[in-house]
Amino acid sequence: MKSLGSIRRDFAPWNDPNAKPYIQFDNVTKKFGDFTAVNNLSLTIFEREFFALLGASGCGKSTLLRMLAGFEEPTAGRILLDGQDLRGIPPYRRPVNMMFQSYALFPHMTVENNIAFGLKQDGMPKPEIASRVAEMLKLVKLEQFAKRKPHQLSGGQRQRVALARSVAKRPKVLLLDEPLGALDKKLREETQFELMDLQQNLGLTFVVVTHDQEEAMTMADRIAIIDKGEVMQVATPAEVYEAPTSRFVAHFVGNVNMFEGKVAEQTANTTRIAGSSGAQIVVDNAAKTAAGADIVFAIRPEKIKISSKKPADAVNALEGEVYDIAYLGDMTVFHVRLDDGQMVRASTMNAARITEDPLSWNDRAWVSFRPDAGVVLTR
Amino acid sequence: MNTTWSRFNVTSIVLGFAFLYLPIVLLIVFSFNESKLVTVWGGFSTKWYVSLFHNQGLMDATWVTARVGVISATVATVLGTLAALTLTRYTRFRGRLLFSGMVFAPLVMPEVITGLSLLLLFVAVGLDRGFLTVTLAHITLTMCFVAVVVQSRLVSFDRSLEEAAMDLGATPVKTFFQITLPVIMPAIVSGWMLAFTLSLDDLVIASFTSGPGATTLPMKIYSQVRLGVTPEINAACTILIAVVAVGVIIASVANKRREVQRQLDERAAQRG
Repeated sequence: MKSLGSIRRDFAPWNDPNAKPYIQFDNVTKKFGDFTAVNNLSLTIFEREFFALLGASGCGKSTLLRMLAGFEEPTAGRILLDGQDLRGIPPYRRPVNMMFQSYALFPHMTVENNIAFGLKQDGMPKPEIASRVAEMLKLVKLEQFAKRKPHQLSGGQRQRVALARSVAKRPKVLLLDEPLGALDKKLREETQFELMDLQQNLGLTFVVVTHDQEEAMTMADRIAIIDKGEVMQVATPAEVYEAPTSRFVAHFVGNVNMFEGKVAEQTANTTRIAGSSGAQIVVDNAAKTAAGADIVFAIRPEKIKISSKKPADAVNALEGEVYDIAYLGDMTVFHVRLDDGQMVRASTMNAARITEDPLSWNDRAWVSFRPDAGVVLTR
Repeated sequence: MNTTWSRFNVTSIVLGFAFLYLPIVLLIVFSFNESKLVTVWGGFSTKWYVSLFHNQGLMDATWVTARVGVISATVATVLGTLAALTLTRYTRFRGRLLFSGMVFAPLVMPEVITGLSLLLLFVAVGLDRGFLTVTLAHITLTMCFVAVVVQSRLVSFDRSLEEAAMDLGATPVKTFFQITLPVIMPAIVSGWMLAFTLSLDDLVIASFTSGPGATTLPMKIYSQVRLGVTPEINAACTILIAVVAVGVIIASVANKRREVQRQLDERAAQRG
């Protein structure tokens, strides 16, 4: 059987029809005055899942998180956690904890007391609090900073205190609002893996809000792509990248080339697409489409081969001129202007130090791809 | 910064400071005058300070002023903080504009009018003028100043701190006392000190609303001056100035130290 990308681990309750949903957004709508932040949205998240809400700022992803935490009530619809309707339950009685984008560390308390705050609210006995705090400090490697105040810590350390504080109560669900947004690139990459380890070790359900697609792809089991308060697609990172279901998702995650045209001919297995300028491509079927219907073939730059001569065996080969070359070290990105005027982006891994078939600016070049290298989109 | 000590700069600084502080310096100098005549220097002496402490009238007035100041500043701080919270947190309620206008009106109201209208009110409700009425009047006067100071702090308050506390299981009441109040405490303390200082040096409203047995220090000084300035009054004023100056200096030094320490800490934290 063909498989899309690599599978992180043997964990896929979303494919199991008998799996019990853990968090359920049920036709949830949230309005702020006339503005609809979340529009009739339904979403299911499973226990122990690392779930990412990905979208541009203002798409409603943070509102979803805040409704789960209890800071906002849905205008319509309901939210269920482990079968329980959360409506009317104030934030301080919900078994979820949140890590805030600004970290929201209490400035007048030491690191220790920040972490202990939630445990004290539960009336946990003092010795237990002390041992739990010590455990949390060890978890985030901040043992020697216990007595410091938040302003005496660096950005990365503050982030780890915020994390320790939010997992100290062992919540059923941990909500993370742009958890790595304030860190620099290098630290962010390290922390992504720390968060994944933490989630595995504690066995918690994580719901993370982010606008950074790379972050979502790295960490999450599944990603929900949100636009204008609606879910565009919910899928694993590999599916989102390799099999986007709409132009929006294809554009939003990674780079993509779009070949627009009309259905010219459809056989049992393939569809021939006629571009507006006459160039034709043959692609694997997605769904039965009427001849003459508008259709888009979306293909990622690394799935396109570029060469100076026409490849002999290629099903799809289009000719053009090299317009721009970006050398990125590990790979090179070519921008080719096809003879019908369309720009195509093709990237090549620089697996060898010396290229046998060097292409330069304004060279004639051929781009070719397999019929199954991309997806057919109708919306 | 480019500082040049030109003749013009030096002259303007000297004149400026002289304009501001020469009267006070004169007052302090003459409080150590041996002579009974206020304007004639008769040698150094501290005898007026000794006699000041034997002047029962002045000592009583000081005690009244201190009690009025502490009580009115404390009540005004509680009320002013509540008003500031209402104005920043509940941005939409019926009559909000009217409420905020009424809270801040005493800021610009001439003291004579505040004093007179309070006097009319106390007479109308049959409240005998005395300690209680002065205290009430000072609460009215100073509450708006506290509200202004606290409100300016609350505007920049990060609400996610409160959300985080509630998220961790603290009820709204606990959140207020464990998070909000400690964080805005410096503003509340400055508000209290401002209220206390305003009450301490108020003469106009106190003379309208005070009665027998509740003469405040400014009233006492003013009435004695009308009978002629004595070196004793100079001594009393010098002590007052010293108390205020020491308070201000301690507060600003502590503030400065905290600020410097904070910057050092932050720099150290960034280095890792």
